[in-house]
Amino acid sequence: MSQTRYTREHEWVRLDGAVATVGITDHAQTALGDIVFVELPEPGREVAAGEECAVVESVKAASDIYAPLAGRISETNAVLADDPALINRDPAGEGWFFRLTVADPAAFDALLDDAAYAAFVAESA
Amino acid sequence: MPDTPPPPTESPPLRASPLAALHASLGARMVPFAGWSLPVQYPGGILAEHRQCRERAALFDVSHMGQASLTGPDAATALERLALGDLAGLRPGRQRYSLLTNDAGGVLDDLMVANLGDRLHLVVNASRTTFDFAHIAAALPANVRLEPHPDWALLALQGPLAGQALARLAPDTAALPFMGVANIDIGNIPVLVSRSGYTGEDGFELSVAADQAETLAKLLLDQPEVAPAGLGARDSLRLEAGLPLYGQDLDEFTTPVEAGLGWAIGKRRRMAWDFPGAPTIREQLDNGPPRLRVGLLPEGRAPIRAGVSVLAADGATVGLVSSGTFSPTRDAPIAMAYVQPHAAADGTPLTLMLRGKPVPARVAPLPFVPHRYAR
Repeated sequence: MSQTRYTREHEWVRLDGAVATVGITDHAQTALGDIVFVELPEPGREVAAGEECAVVESVKAASDIYAPLAGRISETNAVLADDPALINRDPAGEGWFFRLTVADPAAFDALLDDAAYAAFVAESA
Repeated sequence: MPDTPPPPTESPPLRASPLAALHASLGARMVPFAGWSLPVQYPGGILAEHRQCRERAALFDVSHMGQASLTGPDAATALERLALGDLAGLRPGRQRYSLLTNDAGGVLDDLMVANLGDRLHLVVNASRTTFDFAHIAAALPANVRLEPHPDWALLALQGPLAGQALARLAPDTAALPFMGVANIDIGNIPVLVSRSGYTGEDGFELSVAADQAETLAKLLLDQPEVAPAGLGARDSLRLEAGLPLYGQDLDEFTTPVEAGLGWAIGKRRRMAWDFPGAPTIREQLDNGPPRLRVGLLPEGRAPIRAGVSVLAADGATVGLVSSGTFSPTRDAPIAMAYVQPHAAADGTPLTLMLRGKPVPARVAPLPFVPHRYAR
């Protein structure tokens, strides 16, 4: 049974066993606007929690994506190279960015749950 | 991730456009720009607004641009002491692109100058309005007066169907040639109409009293060809059209020759050499400038933006990107850069350093998308 948590950088994280799938939230894609390019990390790369590991570009600007948890990148969403707008259309599903094998699955519990993320978005609006 | 709004600081409050209420009702996302709160996009998004302008007609609120009248018998001659272009030779009903220069030949601003018969009408960049008007006023003889118009709004209706939409409301606008200006009533609203713009498309800039701007904008938006567009699309459109943006592609350390704007000097002024910075500009025209504004087509799909270094094949740094975006029309990244002359020829292979990684690119002619002005 997978669970979804969130970061204050507007990423969502879904944990299945020790593998976390990461994307950006609907709030984030709305704020970014039309996405035209994504730079994804190399599979095999070790990342620390909070480390810059991807870039998403709208027509207007580039934004960094941070690793929500420490671990090793296991897979990236190859479809995004040809269709970055998938992130706008389905941010929480087909528009995922990358998967990582997390070093410490327990750290997942420290991320924001649904209610905490909703409250965070509301207060930063 | 998406920029969170900056914390409140002591910076002065943003100026609101006369169309602020209309923007809110249209669901615009407002951003600070040059001291103003302006729509960067509407709910349709920048790509759709960009295409709207290339395929139909888009309405932009550019009320942040500075507008002023210059009156008096010697108005054009007085302005020529500060600016390039044959302004004294500008016929009534015509508009011309001009540049204010400093004594080193650097560009203080670019502007539009229109001859309305009894006065000149100036349109300058928002970020330069305060400077420009003080700079011009300080240089005027007693019989010439500069009157800023902070209570005037400016709308831009741009796109291949702009002429058709506007002619339905004001048939006289159809007769305006490119860079023509005239006072024309649109739906009983007095408007100073110029056939010009910043998108590369046919279109109009409409100068109107602030208290009538919303009525005019709604009238235009009611036309089936027209939809609103924000600053985001305005930037990608002007980049495709190869048009420089002051503060990015032009500044006081850049000469008109470097910027590829030597054509704006005008034939008569090239005989007289009587504008600020003329010796430097003349020397650069004769012997070539130290760097040139060029177009760049990067490989791949990553947008290349201002500040990216430009390298030659041997690894030497030969320039710097001044603006760049993802071109919706070409479905590829485009950029403008200043490069050394030996790297400026069309087709020259160059390397752009993006986040520490090399991206191959080649020099390409401007504009990236052909202009389609009314002729």
